[in-house]
Amino acid sequence: MAEVSRARTTVAAGRSVFPGVRRQLAANSVPVLFLALSLTMVVIAGLDVTFLLNEVVTRLARNSLLVLSLLIPVTAGMGLNFGIVIGAMAGQAAIIAVTYWGVPGIGGFLLACLLSTPLAILAGWFAGHVLNMAKGREMITSMILGFFANGIYQLVFLFLVGSVIPIRSPSLLLPSGVGLRNTVDLIATAQSLDMIVWPFVGGVRIPVVTLAVGVLMCLAITFILKTKLGQDMRAVGQDMHIAEIMGIKVNRTRIIAMILSTVIAAWGQLVFLQNIGTLNTYNSHEQVGMFSIAALLVGGATTQRATIWHAIVGIILFHTLFVVSPLAGQKLLGVPQVGEYFRVFVAYGIIGVALALHAWRGRAAQRAAQAALAD
Amino acid sequence: MRVKLRQPVEQIGVPRLIIAAFLVVLFVVAYVTNMSVSQLVSDSLIRVGMNGVLVLAMVPTISCGVGLNFGLPLGIICGLVGSLISMEMNLRGFAGFFAAIGCAVPLAVLVGYAYARLLESVRGQEMMVGTYAGFSVVALMCIFWLMAPFKNPALIWAIGGKGLRYTLTLSNHFGKVLNNFLVFRVFGVSISGGLLGFFLLLCLLVHLFFRSKLGIAMLAAGTNPLFARSAGIDVRRMKAAGVTISTVLGAIGIIVYAQSYGFLQLYLAPLMMAFPAVASILIGGARLQRATISNVIVGTVLFQTLLTIALPVTSRVIQGDISEVARLIISNGMILYALTRATGGK
Repeated sequence: MAEVSRARTTVAAGRSVFPGVRRQLAANSVPVLFLALSLTMVVIAGLDVTFLLNEVVTRLARNSLLVLSLLIPVTAGMGLNFGIVIGAMAGQAAIIAVTYWGVPGIGGFLLACLLSTPLAILAGWFAGHVLNMAKGREMITSMILGFFANGIYQLVFLFLVGSVIPIRSPSLLLPSGVGLRNTVDLIATAQSLDMIVWPFVGGVRIPVVTLAVGVLMCLAITFILKTKLGQDMRAVGQDMHIAEIMGIKVNRTRIIAMILSTVIAAWGQLVFLQNIGTLNTYNSHEQVGMFSIAALLVGGATTQRATIWHAIVGIILFHTLFVVSPLAGQKLLGVPQVGEYFRVFVAYGIIGVALALHAWRGRAAQRAAQAALAD
Repeated sequence: MRVKLRQPVEQIGVPRLIIAAFLVVLFVVAYVTNMSVSQLVSDSLIRVGMNGVLVLAMVPTISCGVGLNFGLPLGIICGLVGSLISMEMNLRGFAGFFAAIGCAVPLAVLVGYAYARLLESVRGQEMMVGTYAGFSVVALMCIFWLMAPFKNPALIWAIGGKGLRYTLTLSNHFGKVLNNFLVFRVFGVSISGGLLGFFLLLCLLVHLFFRSKLGIAMLAAGTNPLFARSAGIDVRRMKAAGVTISTVLGAIGIIVYAQSYGFLQLYLAPLMMAFPAVASILIGGARLQRATISNVIVGTVLFQTLLTIALPVTSRVIQGDISEVARLIISNGMILYALTRATGGK
């Protein structure tokens, strides 16, 4: 509660002196609140700054693509794409294949990116079709679609690998010879992207190339949104009916948005995994959607508007909170699990609040439109 | 000929026919491989009674126009708190069971009403907001379980003396009280009269409720809100009532579930519990706007039987536990099917 009142006093202080600052704070109340929360926790936990910076830089590098993959569907009016887990699964399937073939280093990583792309395109195309059948319910549908795809993924890697799909590697398979092990050590490709240029700057290790890939993706997304296709997506996002009348192929545009999102998510998962170095075959992808979406929302995005800055600020704030909350829980209450559950609560809670706000605004707009009609 | 066939097929529904056919195949395989079919049927019936009330909780929200209740964990949490209070008091047997329900129901009424207010303010996005309301509360309650002021040493961690355990055994409390009540055998199939009777009794009560004046008003509010309003029905109140009843049923549902399972699962266990219940009622033929008691019974019987017998039967053919994967694919596939059918939308 202290953080809330602190954020409020900052807002109140700004009111008299800087009206512009106040407006900025009001417009960015969510990130400001989380900044206050994170800072308070850092102080409580008494954390070493170098350690924290190291953690945040690493996490920014490894999560950037995953969070960025959410931007395009938001622009196209499809809300938060919980279906990026499908892209993550495509990435995992590719890296499993590369690990099996034993292609080492950056070559292996690039091969995995190449392999995951057609898989992700196919998955995104399918997801786009499904979401077109559920207009107005995209978010819940994409979430269930992710769960469904998880079932298919488990069917393939738990039952078909080794029995139907001819993989015969004792290090990858369960002792019975059917199904992948729960963890796959990605020795060949681990840190292959980070390692290219990985200097220490003042005690903080910076994975330059990985960060550069994130910057490139930001530029690419900005570029895509400026093309004709990007304008079409914006138009579809504003109002599907008007876009249709304007001659935009609404369904096709939405499917392309899903394909792009899924492909970026697949690459994002590969970047994530090369940094982690091990693959939890049946868990690595499950949390991807939730954590990426929560990070984007913490940055101040809504279900209708999300920018690159929301993504970057969101990752930094959310992951600072992620690192410090168990430690703060330990210090404050002597129970580290409290902090762990607290961050789970923050992730779910922020998504819930964002969705509720989205629905409230939608209804307010509807009421305004009705009032306008009545006049 | 084709026309003649199509009508009954449409009436029963393709998904139900496929699942029923699959069930028949499984039973044939079981019979051929010399498995005890009566044992499989007995186990399935237990699972039906165990999960049925949670599925029944979907009916009021669908009927009052809110849609599938993905916020079922809210009710489940109330049931868990009720059970814990009953266990803290060291009540045993039926006394413990009914004390748990007695503590859980008032709590569920309060929580359900608040949840209804939330859903009312986010009309159009009820399912998504409900899902995340459930998730958030489950996570928040994890912190509560750690800090909760329970003193009974059977409930809390042996070391540290603080915080509830992940799984609590109910054998000294109200475990299996319904399961072991009025058990009888028909053709070698053992049937738990207490468990199934309790489930069917609640079904009957809900059925009778929708014959009452309030229930009919609720149905009207769900099918056509504009018409209902012009007929003088307070649509908001009907929705609030529907959501509250659903939450109460969720609370009772988890108590029935826990007594049958023999364990009370805390922390993240309730997180995903809404999804199988949602899938069951959809398998039973419910749509996003309409659900009946027969949907509940048919859906629960088909889905739970499938889950119960899939593991022992398929393990004779395939290595490993495929039932979990089958559950994921079937339940989520079924929810997807319902969400994507051209109903409403924009």
